[in-house]
Amino acid sequence: MSTLVEEILKAAPPASDQKMTAKDFQSDQDVRWCPGCGDYSILAQTQRVMPDVGIPRHQMVFISGIGCSSRFPYYMNTYGFHGIHGRATAIASGLKMARPDLSVWVVTGDGDGLSIGGNHMIHILRRNLDINILLFNNQIYGLTKGQYSPTSEKGKITKSTPYGSLDYPFNPAALALGSSATFVARTLDRDPKHMQYTIKRAAEHKGTSFVEIYQNCNVFNDGAFFQFTEKDTKDDSVVFLEHGKPLVFGKEKDKGIRLNGFSPEVVSLKDGKWSVNDLLVHNEKDTTLSFILADMTYKPGIPRPVGIFLAIDRPVYEEEMARQIAFAKEKRGEGDMVKLLNSGDTWVVQ
Amino acid sequence: MPEKTVQNLDEVTIRFAGDSGDGMQLTGTQFTNTTAILGNDLSTLPDYPAEIRAPAGTLFGVSGFQIHFGSTEINTPGDQCDVLVAMNAAALKVNLGSLIDGGTIIANTEGFNDKNLKLAGYTSNPLTDGSLDKYRLYAVDITKLTALALQDMNLSSKLVDRSKNFFALGMMYWMYNRPMEPTIEWIKNKFANKPEIKEANLRVLKAGWNYGETTEIFSVRYEVGPAKLPPGRYRNITGNQALAWGLMAAAKKAKLDLFLGSYPITPASDVLHELSLYKNFSVKTFQAEDEIAGITSALGASFGGALGVTTTSGPGVALKTEAIGLAVMVELPLVICNIQRGGPSTGLPTKTEQADLLQALYGRNGEAPVPVIAAATPADCFDAAFEASRIALKYMTPVFCLSDGYLGNGSEPWLIPDFNELPDISPKFRTEKEGFFPYLRDDKTLSRPWAIPGTPGLEHRIGGLEKQHITGNVNYEPQNHDFMVRLRAEKVERIANDIPLAQVEGDASGDVLVVGWGGTYGAIKSAVTRHRQRGNSVSHLHLRWLNPMPKNVGEILYKFKHVVVPELNLGQLIKVLRAKFLVPAVGLNKVQGLPFKAIEIENKIDEILKGK
Repeated sequence: MSTLVEEILKAAPPASDQKMTAKDFQSDQDVRWCPGCGDYSILAQTQRVMPDVGIPRHQMVFISGIGCSSRFPYYMNTYGFHGIHGRATAIASGLKMARPDLSVWVVTGDGDGLSIGGNHMIHILRRNLDINILLFNNQIYGLTKGQYSPTSEKGKITKSTPYGSLDYPFNPAALALGSSATFVARTLDRDPKHMQYTIKRAAEHKGTSFVEIYQNCNVFNDGAFFQFTEKDTKDDSVVFLEHGKPLVFGKEKDKGIRLNGFSPEVVSLKDGKWSVNDLLVHNEKDTTLSFILADMTYKPGIPRPVGIFLAIDRPVYEEEMARQIAFAKEKRGEGDMVKLLNSGDTWVVQ
Repeated sequence: MPEKTVQNLDEVTIRFAGDSGDGMQLTGTQFTNTTAILGNDLSTLPDYPAEIRAPAGTLFGVSGFQIHFGSTEINTPGDQCDVLVAMNAAALKVNLGSLIDGGTIIANTEGFNDKNLKLAGYTSNPLTDGSLDKYRLYAVDITKLTALALQDMNLSSKLVDRSKNFFALGMMYWMYNRPMEPTIEWIKNKFANKPEIKEANLRVLKAGWNYGETTEIFSVRYEVGPAKLPPGRYRNITGNQALAWGLMAAAKKAKLDLFLGSYPITPASDVLHELSLYKNFSVKTFQAEDEIAGITSALGASFGGALGVTTTSGPGVALKTEAIGLAVMVELPLVICNIQRGGPSTGLPTKTEQADLLQALYGRNGEAPVPVIAAATPADCFDAAFEASRIALKYMTPVFCLSDGYLGNGSEPWLIPDFNELPDISPKFRTEKEGFFPYLRDDKTLSRPWAIPGTPGLEHRIGGLEKQHITGNVNYEPQNHDFMVRLRAEKVERIANDIPLAQVEGDASGDVLVVGWGGTYGAIKSAVTRHRQRGNSVSHLHLRWLNPMPKNVGEILYKFKHVVVPELNLGQLIKVLRAKFLVPAVGLNKVQGLPFKAIEIENKIDEILKGK
């Protein structure tokens, strides 16, 4: 017996062949982030990439929790669910298990996804449902007006930490890797091309994709990432990870990262001691390497790694769930309620 | 062979008690299933400690299983037991108080050695010091007899010891004239891959039976004839199994997949276990990372067009509270099953209580009305779960389905329903693009359309922020919020149009009306029946729906001089009745982790009748 859901989906008209545009993904709602917020860029890049992802918008669902980032679904002309604080990943998990046919996206932030929702985050990653997670990291609580977040640097002075925060920050990429994520990436709100590429790769990845996006909160934490995003400092402060390519950086492309034992170190390509051949070559299939790269994040003197740390295949949760169901049906036959109710020890009263 | 007399009994209550590792739950369950097959009416009460293997011989490690069965209608597991099977001294000490005067004790003498006596706090052996003279005492060295039955098998003493519960079971089968075959079959299946254990258990079971048959200790055998139950096919069922099947039946009748998001918690875990078995029914069970993920995943599944369910107990509901509010706001169907246990906090995980009613009715931030239905008996859990699902789907709302540890673990014979006769409860998904808004209202039910992702042209966003009427857009206007709060309340109130009127058992007016809800149904029914047999003007009103209540509750209450409300809490339903109907109701309250005894309710009614 097919379910009502299956009947409805079967009866739905086929999606039109006409290629969608970014505009098709804009909802009729006024965007209400603060002027100058990094979220605008993320919204724009996402809407720009969606037509290329090639999934009709009625088959897409954006799910969020609470926080500035979590208003995102209202602005996407897809299905959307603005949930409660920290739970977007759990809501998304249930939806994806119930409806593997949908393209499910989670939009969250450093507070929503790593603090109140930290537990659900690590579990969705280890389960590897085919869901895409965009985590806007601005290292601050914006919606509650400026308290420190789990990614704020230690010693951060905020309204709730007038003497400086005591907490050591999470490194989101390392946390995701430690949770056995199969796709882990970092991108920048002020690098539209890189963000588009990264979001597209996340969409293509089968399994949970974790994308950390450095996002500027110009009201409560302005310039937190300027060292990595602004023209005059970016080249010397960021190393872009590209699969199969050596880790070269610097305005003159004259610096690189080599491994000294297990420790990455910055070397000059100018003084004749080291050449490109000595550098660490990125391999996004290498889990061990991904940990080393993610660990570079807060290391002094080492550029900030940006790009795709890891992209590997592992069985997808909802497919394994479907496989178990198919197996049970094959072995025991399609479930029959009448038979079940009358199974086992029964007796008749005349 | 000595001559044995056979005595006919209308009803008997037996309590099996021993260490938590002695297999008393298994013994009780086997006795129950066999008794059910014989056609007796029955009711059971498993009573076990929260510790899985509490230290052997201790008072707090005692595990008990009580079964009340008869040829008459049985509504409770029995106020007191007629027979106590005590596998050790601690089991005797803990349970002697519930044995009737003149009752039978079957004691395992090995369980009364010096060490066990000391652990149980006895200074002399009650089996020999005459303190049990008012009972009919059978001291049997079950441990030794078990060992003798297995002496040529070279089993470890641990394995031998583990079989001794089957000796006790065999004796009880003999004494109450029950066939061994159902248990023999069960042992053969259960231990098919462990031939040694299978053989040992079979031998010991038969040894127990033969011991009753051949020794001269037992001079009487008892016969309890089948009960006069309504005709049809029966099975024995526990509350948790019935609840699981009720949910499955609802999903089938709704033509939806069942999705369960749950986190293990006593005494609700068995519902998760049960549903996990039925993958061939397309049941999807998800053991989430915590209670919150349990409910939010279920809500996500509902958004996608599944029948979303979460199962838990009180502490779990506390964690799910915020998500229940979200379900109220986004108006998606969701069934929240609370198998209540003793609280507050961790409380008494394995003991029963009904102290979560106010939590279900009011335990949320904001004005967040949720329909609440409570099961009355173990088998009624099936109907309650089905009904909760029907209302959730029709009214697009979360619904609480309350059960409790006593119902969940307890069992009774169940007249198997005709599945084909159950109503079609399939929802109408919105597919029509024209004129669609996510918060449109059905004129009659006030429910909003269910438009599932994947439907072209119906893309929309829902969430926990206040919604504008019709459009569903985020809206903070004062008048709109006031309107929406009232609308959500009215939607739930209108469910009263969709549920049966309350029925009084007994006269429609009179001296005393006993009002109950949930698992106290059987004890209240027994107490009221006894009063009516004594010629007193006492009636019984059972409330199945607690929110909304049936429309005629007020008029029923006003027709009685006294209203008494027995509850396993400090007075929760009574608060609601007083507030809603301004009746001077009187409470009877007990919070001991145990169900009511019928006599407790009977006495309370006597008190009220005397005072009139």
